[in-house]
Amino acid sequence: MPIAAEQNEKFAAYANPDRLVSTQWLADNLGTDGLVVVESDEDILLYETGHIPSAVKIDWHTDLNDPDTRDYVDGEGFAALLGSKGISRDTTVVLYGDKSNWWAAYALWVFALFGHEDVRLLDGGRDKWIAEGRELTTEVPQPAPVEYPVIERDDASIRAFLHDVLDHFGKPLVDVRSPEEYSGLRTTMPAYPEEGALRGGHIPTAASVPWARAAAEDGTFRTREELEAIYLGDAGLKPGDDVVAYCRIGERSSHTWFVLKHLLGFDTVRNYDGSWTEWGNAVRVPIVKGDQPGQLPAAAR
Amino acid sequence: MTVSPQTIPEPLAEIIDDFQAVTEAERLQLLLEFSRELPELPERFAGHPELLEQVVECQSPLFLTLELGDDPDQDVQIYFSAPPEAPTTRGFASVLHEGLNGLPAQQILAVPDDIAEHLGLTRAITPLRIRGMSAMLFRIKRLISEARQLRAASA
Repeated sequence: MPIAAEQNEKFAAYANPDRLVSTQWLADNLGTDGLVVVESDEDILLYETGHIPSAVKIDWHTDLNDPDTRDYVDGEGFAALLGSKGISRDTTVVLYGDKSNWWAAYALWVFALFGHEDVRLLDGGRDKWIAEGRELTTEVPQPAPVEYPVIERDDASIRAFLHDVLDHFGKPLVDVRSPEEYSGLRTTMPAYPEEGALRGGHIPTAASVPWARAAAEDGTFRTREELEAIYLGDAGLKPGDDVVAYCRIGERSSHTWFVLKHLLGFDTVRNYDGSWTEWGNAVRVPIVKGDQPGQLPAAAR
Repeated sequence: MTVSPQTIPEPLAEIIDDFQAVTEAERLQLLLEFSRELPELPERFAGHPELLEQVVECQSPLFLTLELGDDPDQDVQIYFSAPPEAPTTRGFASVLHEGLNGLPAQQILAVPDDIAEHLGLTRAITPLRIRGMSAMLFRIKRLISEARQLRAASA
């Protein structure tokens, strides 16, 4: 039995209100049968310093990525991981993490590749829970392993590869990196080390909407009205558009993917996880420098 | 200035041995313990962020400063500051603190640049973070070199 979704005015305005829970809802529902709370952070040691009681940890780097190929785990790998965390196919999963749920949204997107049905984000994430003085523990739960079916990963509907992006020209692209990365001044986030992209700039015609604009000061998602002003207003998306979002490796754009898909209700949104570390290194793909989206490449006109 | 041979000072070598002696999961645990042991900033720096410089290459805010004398054989005091919500960054800073603090400048300059890769964490921790630790070491070496040049110029 799925656990009933939280009802509140803010969430009700979103396209899929059942994809979010508040800190209060989570505090009230901790320990409910069929609910597993998962922490997923950028900092691999953060969970160990203290986490929400009963929460298990999933690390994006060591758990969700294939160790050899640049890809996500396969159906067997995902089944083994979730089973070991006490998650079965009908479990309600609530994900949360540091940095406005940036990495938690990435984990949620990977869960979506396997079609896990009931997966929700904690609005405001780890920081809000802590800011409210709620309970933390260093006790690591030892869930009894359960059976999770081997599901073939479905990349087609929410994941874009390089050739998909080339085919996508003429339809909207959203670049969620910082303005410095978008213009080509830097190839990685400000205050982060330069990392392995030979060219700076952005994919021609991509609109620049840094991912964090979707988050309020307290790390919660902005209201539907505010989000519409950003994505429909500033970025010029139209309801029903087929959208591809990208960043550096696909983590920040998972956050934007969540916003477009579940909060604003775009049916077709794909995350290009190859992102700039692929595009900025690929041979003969078109690039635009500067702060303007630029023109479609001649071949795509 | 002559190029000194690259050697790992004894205290840092011992830490590396400790990391190498255990499994990967235990190495992360060890790094967490180091993160807890990073000393607080002394009073004279605590209220004065302008006295510290930020290592921007680290993923989380990390500040550091040095106190060093004129003599290359004189001890270098290293001070780090990183927030509790960045335990990995704190852990790396703490490894460098325990491994290098109080050593003569000469010995710190001789530490190999790829020291972060000796801890055996390259699979568990992303390359970006490992490079963050290297960046801390670069910064320490640079501050030492700059201070020396300044003194050489004014001498």
